[in-house]
Amino acid sequence: MKSGIVSYGAYIPRYRIKIEEIAKVWGDNPNSIIDGLMVYEKSVPDMDEDTITIAVEAARNAVNRANVNPEKIGAVFTGSESHPYAVKPTSTIVAEAIGATPNLTAADFEFACKAGTAAIQACAGMVESDMIELGLAIGSDVSQGAPGDALEYTAAAGGVAYIIGKENILAKIESTYSFTTDTPDFWRREGKPYPEHGGRFTGEPGYFKHVTSAASGLMERLGTKPSDYKYAVFHQPNGKFPTRVAKMLGFSGEQIKPGLVVSRLGNTYSGSCMMGLAAILDIAKAGDRIFMTAFGSGAGSDAFSFSVTDRIDEIRNGAPSVEELLANPTYINYATYAKHKGKIKL
Amino acid sequence: MRDVAIIGVGCTEFGELWDRSFRDIFVEAGVSAIQDANVQGGKIDALYVGNMSGGRFIEQEHIGSLIADYSGLAGFHIPSTRVEAACASGGLALRQGIIAVASGYHDIVIAGGAEKMTDVDVETTTDALAAAADREWEGVMGATFPGLYAMIARLHMHKYGTTSEQLASVAVKNHHNGTMNPKAQFQNEISIDAVLNSVMVADPLHVFDCSPITDGASAVVLAPAEIAKKFTDTPIYVKASAQASGTLSLHDRPDITTLDATVAAAKRAYKMANVTSKDIDFAEVHDCFTIAEICAIEDLGFVKKGEGGKATIDGMTAIGGKIPINTSGGLKACGHPVGATGVKQAVEMVLQLRGEAGKRQIDGAEIGLTHNVGGSGGTAVIHIFGR
Amino acid sequence: MTVARFWRRLKNLYNLIGTHCEKCGGYYYPPRNLCPKCRRSSRSVPFKFKGLGEVVTYTIIHSSTKDFEKQTPYILAIIKLNEGPHLTSQVICDHNDIHIGMKVKSAFRKLGEESDKGMLYYGTKFVPMGSRDK
Repeated sequence: MKSGIVSYGAYIPRYRIKIEEIAKVWGDNPNSIIDGLMVYEKSVPDMDEDTITIAVEAARNAVNRANVNPEKIGAVFTGSESHPYAVKPTSTIVAEAIGATPNLTAADFEFACKAGTAAIQACAGMVESDMIELGLAIGSDVSQGAPGDALEYTAAAGGVAYIIGKENILAKIESTYSFTTDTPDFWRREGKPYPEHGGRFTGEPGYFKHVTSAASGLMERLGTKPSDYKYAVFHQPNGKFPTRVAKMLGFSGEQIKPGLVVSRLGNTYSGSCMMGLAAILDIAKAGDRIFMTAFGSGAGSDAFSFSVTDRIDEIRNGAPSVEELLANPTYINYATYAKHKGKIKL
Repeated sequence: MRDVAIIGVGCTEFGELWDRSFRDIFVEAGVSAIQDANVQGGKIDALYVGNMSGGRFIEQEHIGSLIADYSGLAGFHIPSTRVEAACASGGLALRQGIIAVASGYHDIVIAGGAEKMTDVDVETTTDALAAAADREWEGVMGATFPGLYAMIARLHMHKYGTTSEQLASVAVKNHHNGTMNPKAQFQNEISIDAVLNSVMVADPLHVFDCSPITDGASAVVLAPAEIAKKFTDTPIYVKASAQASGTLSLHDRPDITTLDATVAAAKRAYKMANVTSKDIDFAEVHDCFTIAEICAIEDLGFVKKGEGGKATIDGMTAIGGKIPINTSGGLKACGHPVGATGVKQAVEMVLQLRGEAGKRQIDGAEIGLTHNVGGSGGTAVIHIFGR
Repeated sequence: MTVARFWRRLKNLYNLIGTHCEKCGGYYYPPRNLCPKCRRSSRSVPFKFKGLGEVVTYTIIHSSTKDFEKQTPYILAIIKLNEGPHLTSQVICDHNDIHIGMKVKSAFRKLGEESDKGMLYYGTKFVPMGSRDK
């Protein structure tokens, strides 16, 4: 492929809630939950933050990092499962807020936690076919977990934006490969505030089957093996799944560690895997190869192989790093969390 | 231009008048002013009425016609005009009446003001009042009226060392004055501690730093000075009527702690009356919030800029002090039916200058000043009265 | 706020686009049809402000209008932009940290909504300058 990442930007709200604080409310043992999920705390949006504001902040960081002319962006696709409007695009607001309007196309994507990587593929396709010069792909979520549900321990808020193009790329997309089946492991019906899930069914037939199939498919196509990669990042609904799937595929703990942001962040859904990739790009050097596989319930996986160019050093400090966004959080209690998340109905 | 006199005044009691409608209160105020002036309805040439937001408070526009009709004056087909300048609507209605008489266009004119604020819930009232600010650039960001004055207070404290106790002393004084005004909404004493311990509305302003939501109406009857004595032995003369505009938004004000519209209107008024601030014996100023009275006495030139808080807590503006301010209880204690306030201030002038102010009567008052503000200072109306 | 009224201004609200008078060099936010200094001879063109400034004064609103009641308490402030003009906005920070002179930068936030069925309004608020800033 000729396309790659021209720039990227992330955004994480400054609030966090600790697993202990949530466990206290529901009478759960926090240690067994932390051990089971390998998550210590999760991000919480401010009262006035939602998928749109997070997408805009991430997109602005991406535009600023590499001084991209927003008027050259020919497509904005925002992946999320928490678009504030059921009908009315998030992406038009993002496009307007970064000054990319009006000569572009835009649409919102939804595919559980992999809508953002699907947006990267769509942008890459349009760039490769010369339909557009630059495409903006965003994964952004203020994910929902019903009070007392297991998801509440991990459903977090954050977003990541990637600008895809052919010139001045900091990481080349060597190839991408997807694996998709109809597997109802997790869903949210129209008009319902919280998703439902199939419990342990989300594991084997869902996450593991799709991630391993897409990952193996891509390596087979490229003729690569895990040891060819400096880093690997997998969708991280918790810390355990990506750790286990990495092992199944033959990746080491060293390779996945820099991109495993879930323990301090929670699951940012459409932003999850892409946030891990951003954390890796923050430290990657020219020549490094990065392997990524996203997973979205319902179900599908998008695998990517990237190789980093020497452009990375020129733009590294143009926007906040994931580490900087994770630093110095403000911890809140469950009551404040419930207020921020609109769980208190007036 | 002719000199103008007030020959009669009327005012309802101010407060939460649950049993009375908008039309009930303006009829009451108007009738008592006309009785006080000893004029016949057929002699009245025109009506001017200050009303900020009939549309929001009682879902009624066309206030001019309503008032003419229910005052029994529709049959005479006299002109009746509603005047709006947010909380300065009353003062501006009075000024329009004065101009009409001074110009010779009309002889006997009623200038009134009325607001019925308790027929809607508090949020609606707050929102209607917030419309006096810039909806597109202040309101949309979450600005409220107490919020705007709180930002004035915060900067005043920062620049001049004004304290919360000094702010509270405005409320304490005005509540004390209110105890002597049978028409006041609040006729109880309060302490500085009570103000400081009351609920925070917009930091640093507590609920007792704010004027209340009030129903009420006031009216005065105006006549050319040369014929005033035909109606009353004690006409009160209008020495000056001045109005000035400032920026609609607080953020555009050159100095946020100065209402420059007040400064400009005061300068014009003093010139017109041929007096200085030192000649003013007493004043009714626009204390919609405690900080507003402090800014007012500074901007009117009664004290130096920044010294209003200290002057108030030291008693300079109390009855018996160097310059009594808000003997009626002000907006704070007498109440603030927004459209009526500017006219009620003139009613207080007349009562004091006639010597009819009862327990709150001040000695030897010759020249008084009223100061009525719209919004955070977008409009200021100042009148000076004398015997 | 109605739909058309918001839509007409959203470029200004999203991206701090005000006006610049090419005759006298003045900068205005909110935008002005006429430069108040040059009036009829003003040459006003749109101008995008950088979004950096400082707090001139502030309050913490505890009692709001209906549109903002779910957000209380919130910080309302007058901000002086580095280019000169003053505007009213909210500052998002710990209520113990807000102070006159605080250096702030713009942030994209939700301003409000017309009930749970109505339109969502977005625009510019401010956050303290900090370690995240480049």
